[in-house]
Amino acid sequence: MSDTLLELRSITKTYPGVKALRGVNLSVKKGEVVGLIGENGAGKSTLMKILGGVVSPSSGSIVIDGVSRLELTVKDAAHAGIAFVHQELNLFENLDVASNIYIGREPRKGGFLNLIDNAALHERVKPILMQLGVDFTPEDSVEELSIAQRQMVEIAKALSMESRIIIMDEPTSSLTLTETENLLRVIADLKAAGVSIIYISHRLSEVQQCADRVVVLRDGRQVGELAKDEITHGAMVRLMIGRDLKSIYVPPNVGVRPGGLELHDLVTTAFPERKVSLHVRRGEILGLAGLVGAGRTSLAQTIFGVEPAPSGRILLDGERLTIGSPRDAIAHGIYLAPEDRKKSGLLLDMSIAENITLPDLKRFSTAMLIDVSREEGVAKEQLRALAIKAPSIATEAVTLSGGNQQKVVLAKWLSMRPKLIILDEPTRGIDVGAKSEIYALMRDLADAGVAILMISSDMEEVIGVSDRIAVMHEGDISGQLERPQFSEHNILTLAVGNPSKEELVAYA
Amino acid sequence: MLKKELGLLILILVIGALTAAINPQFVSQVNLMNLANQIGLFGLISIGVGLVIITGGIELSVGSMFALLGIFFLDMLVNHEIVWPLALVVAILGGVALGGIHGLLVTRLKMQPFVVTLCGLLLYRGIARWYTADSTQGFGYGDSYETLEWLMSGRTYNIPHTFIFLLIVATIMGVVLHRSVYGRYLFAVGKNEEAARFSGIPTKAVITGAYVIAGTLAGLSSVFFVFYTQSVSPSAHGNFYELYAIAAAVLGGCSLRGGEGSIIGIVLGTVLLQVLQNLVNMLGIPSSLNFAVMGAVILLGVLADQQLQRRRQRQLAMASAEARNLAKEGAAGAAV
Repeated sequence: MSDTLLELRSITKTYPGVKALRGVNLSVKKGEVVGLIGENGAGKSTLMKILGGVVSPSSGSIVIDGVSRLELTVKDAAHAGIAFVHQELNLFENLDVASNIYIGREPRKGGFLNLIDNAALHERVKPILMQLGVDFTPEDSVEELSIAQRQMVEIAKALSMESRIIIMDEPTSSLTLTETENLLRVIADLKAAGVSIIYISHRLSEVQQCADRVVVLRDGRQVGELAKDEITHGAMVRLMIGRDLKSIYVPPNVGVRPGGLELHDLVTTAFPERKVSLHVRRGEILGLAGLVGAGRTSLAQTIFGVEPAPSGRILLDGERLTIGSPRDAIAHGIYLAPEDRKKSGLLLDMSIAENITLPDLKRFSTAMLIDVSREEGVAKEQLRALAIKAPSIATEAVTLSGGNQQKVVLAKWLSMRPKLIILDEPTRGIDVGAKSEIYALMRDLADAGVAILMISSDMEEVIGVSDRIAVMHEGDISGQLERPQFSEHNILTLAVGNPSKEELVAYA
Repeated sequence: MLKKELGLLILILVIGALTAAINPQFVSQVNLMNLANQIGLFGLISIGVGLVIITGGIELSVGSMFALLGIFFLDMLVNHEIVWPLALVVAILGGVALGGIHGLLVTRLKMQPFVVTLCGLLLYRGIARWYTADSTQGFGYGDSYETLEWLMSGRTYNIPHTFIFLLIVATIMGVVLHRSVYGRYLFAVGKNEEAARFSGIPTKAVITGAYVIAGTLAGLSSVFFVFYTQSVSPSAHGNFYELYAIAAAVLGGCSLRGGEGSIIGIVLGTVLLQVLQNLVNMLGIPSSLNFAVMGAVILLGVLADQQLQRRRQRQLAMASAEARNLAKEGAAGAAV
């Protein structure tokens, strides 16, 4: 077809050890809205990075305006009229709207003085803002704009570059309902003006509303395409799942015991209007599933006291706790292995031994002086018990592989007396061998009577490791599943926030 | 980790030997004892400022604290005839209070350490000048504090007491920084405050503690300096001394990014600075070049250290790659 702007032909991208994309085809016509959906890690971001010229494909070709090429540079992408509206906005808060839109491309005056021609700048920005129908002016400071307004600034920026294809990556993840509707209206206007849009979202109802065509990715493969009249919630969910998961489940040796963690109407600062109630029993692994941004990490950090809860109750073994800081949580035996282990889980420049003993240093000291031999004894014990592969306990954490770093984080907590351990994405970026060691560790802990809350975006992991699964959607627990109900379909149905629970199927 | 300190020591010895070769007066007992006195005076406060730098902060107000606390100390002793032990304790407590305020402003009200202590620098100097109407305060003729004078500026076996005090304080702080729970927390907070908090360390208390220690040592030092200069002229007393302290700490291996440094390093940094000052006199270099010599040496010292660090990082990266390979082989072995 002649009005095809862009076509990706059998794009493959291989990273060492991972096939991120396997022969994906994607075409975009003029004035078309293409919905791109898939689970976390399905390959959407890699595909978009290739379109933006940030990443080069391993094989395949990119056809723009009939010209085929093997890869794009950032410059090529901009030249071809491809623009991004990112999930995390890339704006300069200290500048005004107009300056942001034309950053790096400011109209100049004054010859060698190279002054910014503010009058011309504002003249150019005004019609674009009018076209978008926004409620702010070119002179407004970005600092004072809401997230939705900032998104509009990004879109205006894309339009100012005379973009023909705008890629929107989860544009509505932090918008309110009215703001979302406004955005969808702008998308319809843009489409009418002949601009093409690739719309990436976990929110299937929005995709259903705005997309002319939906492309579904799964495990780096393009698994289906839905034409306008085929786009339904059910059809999309069906395509997103459907791979056979290897069973890695190890049932508990000891049953669930009374007690554990209870949350009653707990409010997090990330979703102040939602109340979360949840029970993690001693001896079980509760998987906490959900899409990125569903509020799982916020919940974990609230329980751990990083951002204390504005309201609600936290009970451990029936006793009500007041947790105002991680220090309080740790004192009660609640430990967190955080999502970003390099930033908040470990002190990278410190040795393995120093990392392991840090939270419980007083136990290894007499009169506030550290007893190095006792410290080293415990560190060596943990190094052996967790099979941490390192030359010695004096090795700095920064030199370890991801799996071994995570083991050091766990060793830190295991040398104390855990009652509840929260693991946030425990195996992200960790190789298969170390993964199964960590799963085995978790099971041992549960059998020893620890309550385990595992946050994971990896379906195989959630289904394969959990004894029970709770699913979060936009700050709420949208449902809980017992093992017979475990399926990708059920988890995803809850994760996208489908209100009708009848869709849940039991696989007894 | 002691390599850096060893390098500094060698540098001091080389510079000392060269100076002594050119002017043997450098190693005369009079000069060495004078040098020891200077090192003692500046070393105390460098240790305090060094601890704050290890938290990733900065303390700019110590010079002004010397003026303010020195004025109050003299006022108590001379004009109000307060017994010296009480005056001494009040001066030290004054330092504790100022340090505590700095710490709380930094940790509780989340102000930047540079701003807090810069305002302290201006504020304390201003108050000292206003309180005295800018006039120099001296001891007068009272002699009820001979013991204190002996303690603060006397000598034992010809060794200046300031130097002995420095050795005592350095030993205590060395144990605190390198052997105690607090010291470990201090390094952890300086390296990565977030990870430290996630490990249950009371980060705010740890940081405030560093400012309080710096304030305490500033309070103690202010009394030492009063006896050293014998009078306090509020507009000049202690000017730039905060920079001597920061320079000594940085020369001694404290990174302004936090998380690095040692007590031995800080003390050796002080020694080097004082040796340089002394050398300017000894070698007949115009004393107006004093600051220029110091500036050049610090610049070169930090540059050399950074090059060494970079080499170390490359080695670390290689070790890291090896460790990863080891882990991979291990995993492969386990799979087989």
